[in-house]
Amino acid sequence: MSTAITWAVTDSWTMTRRELAHWARQPVQVLVGLVFPVMLLVMFGYLIGGGKGIEGGSDEYVSFLVPGMLALTMAFGLESTMLAVTQDLNKGVIDRFRAMPMTNGAVLVGRSVADMVQSAAALVVMAGVGYALGWRVHGSVGAVVGAFGLLLLFRFAMLWMGIWLAMVAGRPELVQAVQILVWPVGFLSNAFTVPSTMPGWLGAVVEWNPMSATASSVRFLFGNPGGADEVALALAWPVGLVAVFFPLAVRRFAALSR
Amino acid sequence: MTDAIVTEGVRKRYGDKAALDGLDLTVGRGTVHGVLGPNGAGKTTAVRVMATLLRADEGRVVVAGHDVRTAPGEVRRRIGLLGQHAALDEELSGRQNLEMFGRLHHLGARRAGVRADELLARFGLADTGRKAVKAYSGGMRRRLDLAASLITDPEVLFLDEPTTGLDPRGRAEVWAAVRSLVGGGTTVLLTTQYLEEADQLADRISLVDRGRVAADGTPDQLKARLGGDRIDVIVRDAAQLPRVADLVPSGAVVDADRRLVSAPVKDRMGALTDVVRALQEAGIEAEDVALRRPTLDEVFLRLTEVRV
Repeated sequence: MSTAITWAVTDSWTMTRRELAHWARQPVQVLVGLVFPVMLLVMFGYLIGGGKGIEGGSDEYVSFLVPGMLALTMAFGLESTMLAVTQDLNKGVIDRFRAMPMTNGAVLVGRSVADMVQSAAALVVMAGVGYALGWRVHGSVGAVVGAFGLLLLFRFAMLWMGIWLAMVAGRPELVQAVQILVWPVGFLSNAFTVPSTMPGWLGAVVEWNPMSATASSVRFLFGNPGGADEVALALAWPVGLVAVFFPLAVRRFAALSR
Repeated sequence: MTDAIVTEGVRKRYGDKAALDGLDLTVGRGTVHGVLGPNGAGKTTAVRVMATLLRADEGRVVVAGHDVRTAPGEVRRRIGLLGQHAALDEELSGRQNLEMFGRLHHLGARRAGVRADELLARFGLADTGRKAVKAYSGGMRRRLDLAASLITDPEVLFLDEPTTGLDPRGRAEVWAAVRSLVGGGTTVLLTTQYLEEADQLADRISLVDRGRVAADGTPDQLKARLGGDRIDVIVRDAAQLPRVADLVPSGAVVDADRRLVSAPVKDRMGALTDVVRALQEAGIEAEDVALRRPTLDEVFLRLTEVRV
């Protein structure tokens, strides 16, 4: 049994290395992936930040916006995971993996480790750009670590949702449909502005968006006022999503032989 | 246990269409077995079931001494698979691909690297081993794919239409590579739509049609099943074709373009002397008189003609 676990870890690491090797061979693509959320952050920071009317002016808006953008970046991970898995499943190489004596789920574990590494890197870059824009954290070290932990937890939920969606949809054309849907779901959150300024029904939708809970909690943990009561929700949402989509995705993968 | 592959009554349906409808195959160890059939005959489905990629609805499949249903891991340790489409990571280099597959075969990091270099050299890819696979030609890709299926010297190698889509040169490369394997004791199961390919490479052939084996045997046995040998007479003057058709045994077919009369024969030598004598007595000048076995094309059309 212990050898089975050793091989599971080894195989997963081999599959993770595969993804890392892809990045090493395509550094430009990786950079473009990082530049996109940075561009959004800068754009919203200057475009809307100046006249947003959030109490205290543009510095206050940056400390509101950066946590929201970090959460949004994690949400966009859904489509990159989905696209990668869809492309993989449509290639012959997945057949070779499945006809090998390797651990069954290593393909998925490799994907998830690589995506988490990529997302962590994106968070670091975004935080750096935020710092350049004047964003500062006021929370304790523990709280800041907790904030990044919550962001990655949310990404982890998006990851397994993305894997499952890719296996259900299965075709690159359908990824586009999901990509289009990710935008309103990402923007119908409190990433850019507070729900209290929205019409009642929209505010309700936004408050129920799992991403909003993550963004509010992260704001709180970075030392901004309010949001303490959202932390439990920011834990519960992703954990619940993983509890649903992880088993669904694994089952779907095992069912490829049917 | 002398057979490398045994399938008994294997069925697989997709909706109301039966892809495999009671497939029975036996492949002896160390032989090359050709599975020949038209598109949609179930060849690929059969390979996917035997290679543990697809679960059959019914029937038993034993590969390299292990049941694919109860011991897929044992089967996977002993097989290599060359699918219809290149099973390679296009973004990685040839060497990175082979090294990755070696690791996944649990060779360990160092042996996987050594094995990758060996295989690249053996398949003439040493110079291009560090280039991304997407820059490879069709033939190179196929050779790398074949190398990847040989990482652990498999007992049983599945080749699913290995030369489909290749130019004649690429096809010749793959054929040469398959022939070089046969000496090593590997059992090869090869599916193909090309009769020539099966005739060239296979010790035994199973003709598959609509998910089951329509006929089975050595290439010569299959040709003999078409009612045996034929005699072909080619005349100088096409006007004499009808007279020749009367002279040869019954059942003659006339091909005016080639000035050819072809007829089935039972007694080879007797028929040959009879026809030659009859032609001389009638004063007909023949350009060629020859006995031949039917081609696999003829066998194939005959055995599957019910379909039309």
